[in-house]
Amino acid sequence: MSLAEKLKSDKFIVTCEIGPPKGINVDKILKEADSFKERVDAVNVTDLQSSVMRLGSLVMCYLLRTWGHEPILQLTTRDRNRLALQSDILSAAVLGIENILALTGDHPLRGDHPEAKPVYDLDSVQLLEVIKLLNSGVDMAGNKLDGKPKILPGAAVNPGIDPIEPEIIKMEKKVKSGAKFFQTQAVFDIDKFTLFLKKVKHIDVPILASVILLKSPAMAHYMNDNVAGVNVPNTLIKDIESVDKKDRVKKAVEIASGLINGLKTLCRGVHIMPIGWESKVPLLLDAAGL
Amino acid sequence: MIITKQKDKKTILDYLKGDKKIFIAGCGECATVCKTGGEEEVLSMKNFLGKYGKIVTGTTVVDVPCHLVKAKKMYQQHKKQIQESDSILAMVCGDGVQTIMDGTKGKKVHPALETLFLGEVQPNGRFVQKCSLCSDCVLDETGSLCPITLCPKGLLNGPCGGAKDGKCEVDKDMDCVWIQIYERLKKLGQLSKMKKIQPTRDNSKRLSPRRLETK
Ligand code: SF4
Ligand code: SF4
Repeated sequence: MSLAEKLKSDKFIVTCEIGPPKGINVDKILKEADSFKERVDAVNVTDLQSSVMRLGSLVMCYLLRTWGHEPILQLTTRDRNRLALQSDILSAAVLGIENILALTGDHPLRGDHPEAKPVYDLDSVQLLEVIKLLNSGVDMAGNKLDGKPKILPGAAVNPGIDPIEPEIIKMEKKVKSGAKFFQTQAVFDIDKFTLFLKKVKHIDVPILASVILLKSPAMAHYMNDNVAGVNVPNTLIKDIESVDKKDRVKKAVEIASGLINGLKTLCRGVHIMPIGWESKVPLLLDAAGL
Repeated sequence: MIITKQKDKKTILDYLKGDKKIFIAGCGECATVCKTGGEEEVLSMKNFLGKYGKIVTGTTVVDVPCHLVKAKKMYQQHKKQIQESDSILAMVCGDGVQTIMDGTKGKKVHPALETLFLGEVQPNGRFVQKCSLCSDCVLDETGSLCPITLCPKGLLNGPCGGAKDGKCEVDKDMDCVWIQIYERLKKLGQLSKMKKIQPTRDNSKRLSPRRLETK
C-alpha cells in the first residue's frame, strides 16, 4: 500500500526521517534505514537540512526506493528556481518517488555556506501549487507535459509557534494549495499540542506529529533556546538528567515512546526525527508497540 | 534615499595609485544626508589626499550628480580643473559615478563610496533598508510592510514557521515581518488579504538593466 492509500485508510501512520551524509558513503545510512524497513510507512529524506551542503535528497530517495522503502522527498525552495524545482519534481516521478514534502527551507546564512545566494523564487505554498499543476499535466508556463507525474504533496506546520494564528492561516493556504498530509515541528508537550489540534479541527488533512529522540539535557536546552516552537518541559529535562550517561538511550526511547503513545489517540500518525540516532529507531518502535 | 558608506581609505588610495592630480566631486542629495559625500566630507577627503602627495585640482558638491544634465553642467563649470586632472574621485553612489563619467565625456572616475541600499533615514545615523525596488509592489496586500525586503526569504504567503519570540530566524535582532504584517492586517480588519494565496512573482519585471521611457 502506498502512503497515499494508507493516509486514506484508518491506519496509524509512522514516518521516519533520515539525513543524507556529507560525502558519498551511503552504506551506513542505508543499513540503518534497513533496520526499520517495513516498520515505518515512509522515510523522509531531508534536503540540505539546516542549509548544510550534503548529498542530495533526490538520489537518497531513489536509493531508498531501490532498497524497498517508500521515500518522501523533502524539497525546499531555498536552492532552486522554478525551472529546477519543476524539473526535479518530474525527475522524482520518473524515479518512482511519489511523495514530496514542500518546504521553504532554512536560510543559507544559518548553514555551512553562509555566502551562498538564497533563491526563494517560490515559497512553500506556491510550491504546492506547482505540484498541483504538474500533477494536472501542465507546467507553470501552461505548457502541456508529455506524461504527468502523480505526486502526493505534503507540508510542514509548527504547532508550538507563538503567535499561532499566522501559522494556521498559512496551514489553511497549504491545504487549499493541495497539501495531503502535514508533518509537524517536534512535539514535547501533549497538552499544548492538544490545544493546537482543537484550533485546527476544521482542517481535514492528516497530521503526523513529530517526535524527537532527546539525546541529552544539552540538546533539550539547545532546542529550547534556538528552535522556534519547541519547548521541552523542565520535567522532561530533569527526567533525562536523573539517569546515568550510559542509560541515556534507554531514557530517550522511554520519553519518545511515551509521547508516541500519547499521540496515538490524538492524530493520524507520528513522524520520528532520530537526528543522528537512526540506529535507535527499532528500539523506539518496539517500545511504542509499532 | 540611497544609502552609502565611504570605502576604506586604503582602497581609495589603491584606486588612485598612478593618478597625481585629482578632482573631487560630492553629492548634494543622498550622500550629503549620509555624511559620505557632502561639503564636509569632500573637504576632509581633499586634506587626506593632500597628505598622501596628491594634487587636488578642485572640488565640488554636485546638487544632483545622478542627473545627467546636472553632471554636464558641473563639467562645464569645472572644465579646466577636470581636464587637467588624471581622474575624478566621486563621493557619490554607484549611479552617480556613472552619470558623472557620462557627463564629463568619459573622464576616468573612481568610486569613493560603497553603495548599500535604498533606505529609511532614522535618527542617530541609522539607516534601514525598507524597499528593494522590485518593480512589482505588494505593499497594499501586506499592511505597508515589505516582505520582499524585510523577510530575508522574501516570502509572500506568510511566515516560515521559524520565528522565535517574534524574532526572525535569520536575524535575532530583527522582528519577523510576517508576524508584524499579521498584527497590522488584523488591526486594519484586512486579514483576508493574508488568507489570499499570493501567486508566484514575475521576475522578468526586475531584470537588469531596467529602463523607463515616459515620452
Ligand atoms: S514590494 Fe517591497 S521591494 Fe517591491 S516595490 Fe514594494 S516596497 Fe519595494
Ligand atoms: S522568521 Fe519571519 S522574517 Fe524571518 S525568514 Fe521567517 S518569515 Fe521571514
